[in-house]
Amino acid sequence: MILTLALRNLLHDRIRLAVTLIGILFSIVLVAVQLGMYIGSSKMITANIDRADADLWVTPFGAKSFEDGGVLLSERERHQALATPGVQSVVPLVVSFAEWRKPEGGSSRVVVIGSDFEDNGLVPWSLSQGTLEDIKAPDAIAVDQSYLSELGINGIGDTAQVATGRVKVRALTEGVRSFTQSPYAYTTLNRARQLLGTGSDSVTYLLVKLAPGANVETVRANLASRLNSADVLTTEEFRERSLVQWLFKTGAGLALIGGALLGSLVGTVIVAQTLYSSTKDHIHEFATLRALGSSKGYIHKVILAQAGLSAVIGYALGMIIALLVLYLSRNSALPLVMTPGLAFWLFALTVGMCAISALSAIVKVTKIDPATVFSR
Amino acid sequence: MTKTPVLQCENVVKELGQGAGRVIAVNGVSLELVPGELTLLMGPSGSGKTTLLSILGGIMTPTSGTLKIAGQSITGLSAEELAKIRRDHIGFIFQSYNLFPTLSAIENVRIALDVRGITGYAATSRAEDVLRDVGLGHRLTNYPGNLSGGEQQRVAVARAIASSPSIVLADEPTAALDGENGKAVMELLSRVAREQNRSVLAVTHDNRTLGYADRIVRIEDGKIVGEERRPDGVNSPEVTDLTKRRKLHA
Repeated sequence: MILTLALRNLLHDRIRLAVTLIGILFSIVLVAVQLGMYIGSSKMITANIDRADADLWVTPFGAKSFEDGGVLLSERERHQALATPGVQSVVPLVVSFAEWRKPEGGSSRVVVIGSDFEDNGLVPWSLSQGTLEDIKAPDAIAVDQSYLSELGINGIGDTAQVATGRVKVRALTEGVRSFTQSPYAYTTLNRARQLLGTGSDSVTYLLVKLAPGANVETVRANLASRLNSADVLTTEEFRERSLVQWLFKTGAGLALIGGALLGSLVGTVIVAQTLYSSTKDHIHEFATLRALGSSKGYIHKVILAQAGLSAVIGYALGMIIALLVLYLSRNSALPLVMTPGLAFWLFALTVGMCAISALSAIVKVTKIDPATVFSR
Repeated sequence: MTKTPVLQCENVVKELGQGAGRVIAVNGVSLELVPGELTLLMGPSGSGKTTLLSILGGIMTPTSGTLKIAGQSITGLSAEELAKIRRDHIGFIFQSYNLFPTLSAIENVRIALDVRGITGYAATSRAEDVLRDVGLGHRLTNYPGNLSGGEQQRVAVARAIASSPSIVLADEPTAALDGENGKAVMELLSRVAREQNRSVLAVTHDNRTLGYADRIVRIEDGKIVGEERRPDGVNSPEVTDLTKRRKLHA
């Protein structure tokens, strides 16, 4: 009967129910979009780090993010790393911003990533056209198909200039986007060095793979003591460093989280206001329940059930809209991401928001004097 | 044989307001209710009868005096403990019915059972039975807005008796009803008292109800000023005034 009464109370005033649901829906969509952008951004920022096969990253000292390392290491550091006990392999990687000059004129910036794919350090993924072998061809480069117009090209076979050298697009990836809006351009290690005009043994990162049974912390400490001019980071630490750089030091992440908090707050206030006024309208019925002998807990359950039903209906409607927004954003520069975890936390947030909203109504009914049933 | 009272109050006083606005609404009332009796509490407006009913029902707490329900003193009990007493022993009928407009007749009865922990099929079955008992077997799914005043009050009676309370307290049960419906409701309350052996106390100033009373308690200015009891064995439907009954048996 608690659910029945709660549902009937909600349906009793359809306009107020609509306001409640719109409040929740607005809140859910706003939070989903903000957090979807946050997760989408995070995935973009760490995609290359996550895809790289490394237990430890040797980075130039003070490297702030994957894109911002600088080409400062050399074969000397690689050999020192290889000589460290517990290290199985050390794969060099070159990463650097560079100018992309368009065939029809004009330029934009790209992030050149050079790696020898047979080393399995960092291999381009989600190839929609072309193969890894194609990227090994002279002058070959791979870019994401979503950036074709931004790069002033039409697709496979088009040429452009990166820094000092000509390149030909031999492969295309799909969905490999860049948070910095400078597209990733994948090529071989040596080709990247040539394009960037760096020394023939210069590298940005060394991807360290440990021998079976080696202790990460021990090897790391050993590497750090040998490589004075470099940082030695675990994959997780490097991810965090990149995320902090792009999401928090630029303020982008704080803006997204702030937007999500604002959405929750607006939703909570709207639901609290409508639940309170609903409770006020039904106050004589709650007083009657009290006179009939119901416990306070029973009445609280009715109000919480009202809040819970609002949450479930509002969440369902909000998620439909949010998923639609997500779908529409799939080809945008910053596609939103919805994960099962985010969907779960959004539901928990909605329920929590409605439960908090119910507090004012619960305080109101707690003060009911059942004697008022005789004064109607 | 003397019946054991299900409700006893002694020297109950209730003061309302403070300072210059202080009023003694109930002033030293002592009263007992026994099973199987329909008692009318009669008095003019402002005499304190509804306040006394609230105290006897454990809704209002007296300023002083003692009150026992089913042998248990309720003096000093918390609001939750008083709610439990009401749940376990008391059924209420209100002047304005106080039905839930968003619930059907059967749901209005079921909710009274639900607060007592009676749910599911047992609650539905019991609610149907009591609604049939009060003549509303054909109106189970009707909402209060689609029921007449008399039918609504009969739903309220069904709600009050559904959990088989030992005490039924009614506040002006016929005040909002026409003659026919008022008569039907009083007959129902009389049946509840006699056939189900409940103690029914109805606050009223409606003289049409006199004929159904086993006992009449008169209250004025918060004090009980008189009490009349119908002689045993008198239960004639055509006799509608207790005074006349007494004359008939004289």
